[in-house]
Amino acid sequence: MSIRHSLLALLSEGPKYGFQLRQEFEASTGDVWPLNVGQVYTTLDRLERDGLAHSDGVDADERQRNFQITEEGESELARWLRTPPDLTQPPRDELVIKVLVASRLPDVDVYEVIQIHRRYLVQLMQQWTHLKEDEAHFDLAFALAVDAELFRLDAVVRWLDAADGRLRRASHESTTDVADAPPRLARRMGAHR
Amino acid sequence: MSMLELRNVSKVYGEGATEVDAISNIDLTVDRGSLVAIMGPSGSGKSTLLTIAGSLEQPTTGDVLVNGKNVVGMSRNDKARLRRRTIGYVFQDFNLLAGLTAVENVSLPLELDGISMKKARAQGMAALDELGLADRAESYPDQLSGGERQRVAIARAVVGERSLLLADEPSGALDSINGEAVMRMILSACHGGVAALVVTHDAKLASWADRVVFLRDGKAVDETLPAMRPEDLLDAANTSDS
Repeated sequence: MSIRHSLLALLSEGPKYGFQLRQEFEASTGDVWPLNVGQVYTTLDRLERDGLAHSDGVDADERQRNFQITEEGESELARWLRTPPDLTQPPRDELVIKVLVASRLPDVDVYEVIQIHRRYLVQLMQQWTHLKEDEAHFDLAFALAVDAELFRLDAVVRWLDAADGRLRRASHESTTDVADAPPRLARRMGAHR
Repeated sequence: MSMLELRNVSKVYGEGATEVDAISNIDLTVDRGSLVAIMGPSGSGKSTLLTIAGSLEQPTTGDVLVNGKNVVGMSRNDKARLRRRTIGYVFQDFNLLAGLTAVENVSLPLELDGISMKKARAQGMAALDELGLADRAESYPDQLSGGERQRVAIARAVVGERSLLLADEPSGALDSINGEAVMRMILSACHGGVAALVVTHDAKLASWADRVVFLRDGKAVDETLPAMRPEDLLDAANTSDS
């Protein structure tokens, strides 16, 4: 989450005060990502240092300083919006590691481990979905942020389902030829039957 | 009282060497006003469970109570009446009759139940209107979008005094926004007192339910805990970020 670029985006709408930027940032992210005042002013100072924004009255009370985006700031914002985040390196996902470890341990039921995580994720999804139920207080920014979280969690559930299916298939195929299976796999199958 | 109750329900297909346990020892209740989802992969017994809950199929053992009445052992006529009056079905592929308009599709179950065509049509129109489809009432299924067809199917499932809604992958091949609209309609029917049971493999769909039961190899292996209040979730998100 780039606070720096989100503040630049808000400044691209026109000059604003620090406290106003904080309020608008929180509203624009559906209040899902709160900011403290310190973070806002530190980021604004850096934007000013880098020539991406400037304020009137450097010596004035922080609350009285009015910030504006510079031309360099506009260019930086346009560049950032169009630059895909780096997704080339897979993250070291703790859940993936847990399932991989569980699938190797002979005394652990990997399907039980998968179900514990699946249930937890679906419960989280239920909670996020309930937040969307109240259409009377529908807020577009909030709905987009909640959707992002739901799609992220859904992807993890789908991976668990695929892992579950793949492990069962591997286990089933190996039961027909246990003698040739690697010792670790044979032990694991023994644990799950 | 529960609108739907399954007591130790099992279904076995085939005999001897070809015997297959489709579902085993299922206990499940769905109260009025609540939405329960059954989640599981293909072949886990979801659809069998739904057809038994809807009295379309007989369990091998166990009892199925709809609104307190045991469906097992009921005469064919009584079952047919129960299905017409009390139970509404929503299928993945909509199952609308191609030769009938939207309103005719919705009012057909009422007419089959002996209600006059005029009254049935008025109730059908009211159900379509509630789902925002009044202006599409005279359209035929092939003139409707996928989302509109599923809304007509939901209107047909809840028209009249139906109080149990059974849905099999109700958002089918719809995109996520239309799928969400379908779940909102089912939830809205629940808020009006209907009990709904939805079977799906899709966690996004299941997450609209008050309770999610996980089915695996015909057995209910797990279910979600009662949900935290939404405010707790936001508090937790805010605490972890600061």
